[in-house]
Amino acid sequence: MMQRRQFVQSVGAAGALGAMGLVTGCASTPGGSGPKVVVVGGGYGGATTAKYVRMWSDYGIDVTLVEPNSAFISCPISNLVLGGSKTMADITTPYDNLVKRHGVRWVQDMAVRIDPDKRVVVLAKGGELPYDRLILSPGVDFMWDTLPGMATAAAKDKVLHGWKAGAQTVALRQQLEAMPDGGVYAMAIPLAPYRCPPGPYERACQVASYFSKAKPKSKVLILDANDDVTSKGPLFKKAWKDRYDGIIEYRPKHKVVDVDAATNTLKFEFNDDLKAAVLNVIPDMRAGDIAVKTGLATANKRWCEVDFLTFESFAVKNIHVLGDSIQIAPAMPKSGHMANQHGKTCAAAVVALLTGKQPNAMPIYNNACYSFVSAEDVVHVSSVHRYDAEKKTMLPVAGAGGVSSAANELEGRYAMAWARNIWADTLA
Amino acid sequence: MKTPHVLLLAAGMAGASGWVQAQTMDPLQVRSMAASCANCHGTHGIAEAGNESLAGVNRDELLKKMLDFKTGKKPATIMHQLSKGYSDEQLAALASYFSALKK
Repeated sequence: MMQRRQFVQSVGAAGALGAMGLVTGCASTPGGSGPKVVVVGGGYGGATTAKYVRMWSDYGIDVTLVEPNSAFISCPISNLVLGGSKTMADITTPYDNLVKRHGVRWVQDMAVRIDPDKRVVVLAKGGELPYDRLILSPGVDFMWDTLPGMATAAAKDKVLHGWKAGAQTVALRQQLEAMPDGGVYAMAIPLAPYRCPPGPYERACQVASYFSKAKPKSKVLILDANDDVTSKGPLFKKAWKDRYDGIIEYRPKHKVVDVDAATNTLKFEFNDDLKAAVLNVIPDMRAGDIAVKTGLATANKRWCEVDFLTFESFAVKNIHVLGDSIQIAPAMPKSGHMANQHGKTCAAAVVALLTGKQPNAMPIYNNACYSFVSAEDVVHVSSVHRYDAEKKTMLPVAGAGGVSSAANELEGRYAMAWARNIWADTLA
Repeated sequence: MKTPHVLLLAAGMAGASGWVQAQTMDPLQVRSMAASCANCHGTHGIAEAGNESLAGVNRDELLKKMLDFKTGKKPATIMHQLSKGYSDEQLAALASYFSALKK
């Protein structure tokens, strides 16, 4: 303990000197003697944290990012790839700048196990990464056990979720292209909470937009486990009626309980079986596997409860969890924008903790979420969230935030500007 | 035309009392608050194409703009909603922070 305290104090001094520009220090070299932060997951949450810990420690804290994918592929805007107005290249950003500009050490590997006592991350290809503070931003994984028919690899290859942008986005677009005109595309939405509340409804618009041009006799059938549209309801319903009448049909209270992939059939809790040419089943979600395996999913064994001042786990010290894996605060969406905000809040707190300072006691940040109802027109929802010291959680600021008055092309341009900016803020 | 409310604030911010007010906020807290604007306005206030950069802009003009968004005097697609989430003091601190950044 004594050694640890002295270590932290010396780091604090080095950090202060670094802030004055007097020290470039061995701590900035990976493997050096400075404090070590390991970030697992290079999405909106993890990549942002990695960059900002480096920046805000004046490049004094050693940051290693563990991310198996060769590049970042954005979930936001990925529905436009399904609609055909954007390509995979448009939503892909390399990790180069995190490495070159910010000195993040990128390990292209998968974290398979965490030992909180030894404070190491075990990698799939072998080897261990020691940490002083570990940041987990593993996103979501699916609760496949709620859909017995989806257990096999063959079923998963055929009935796609398309809820992690990448290979599934490409494959789902191919299925839509291969579908004969007059076919039905059926999308099943899980009960909230799930990643990106308005995402499924935007997807319905995008697929309908594609059908209206390429195969106008086809239908989009939305089967929603929820009682009603979970986000921007009136705006989406207006878009469906005004733009895609006769193409999109919305059915609430349709909870899928199983899938027969061989016959493309959905089975529901209360409704008759339903067959469609293309099935798109978005399963129930929970915190990413590595967080669950490490015992951090303390809320219904599903989501990770954290201290919103630091994002440190309630369950295990020195491990911070952020992004879609957390048990959200009231009215806080599981969004990429929010994960980026978590990342910056967590980065500031981790730098403070590793340099013997107090974390910010009053975080405040916003959410902005744009949905494309066509290739050009957009609707948004926004909110501002502020820490409530009494309730010890983030609460939406009353009177702030709101939605678009109507879908419009100007916000379509702002939505793309948002994408360029958040990708740069996260990765460049 | 400026409302008396905005005039008062703009005058206050230009004077010594305004600076004192902004400086009483913890600089690291202001830095974090400002970083939450970066999603749309860029890291360090330098934006990618399509949105406004905030780095190095005139402090009083930026503050007036944000206050006008907040009161609804200046129309917007989203800033009229987001600016309402921040106190006038927080908006003043943000304006000071961004104006001091290098363009």
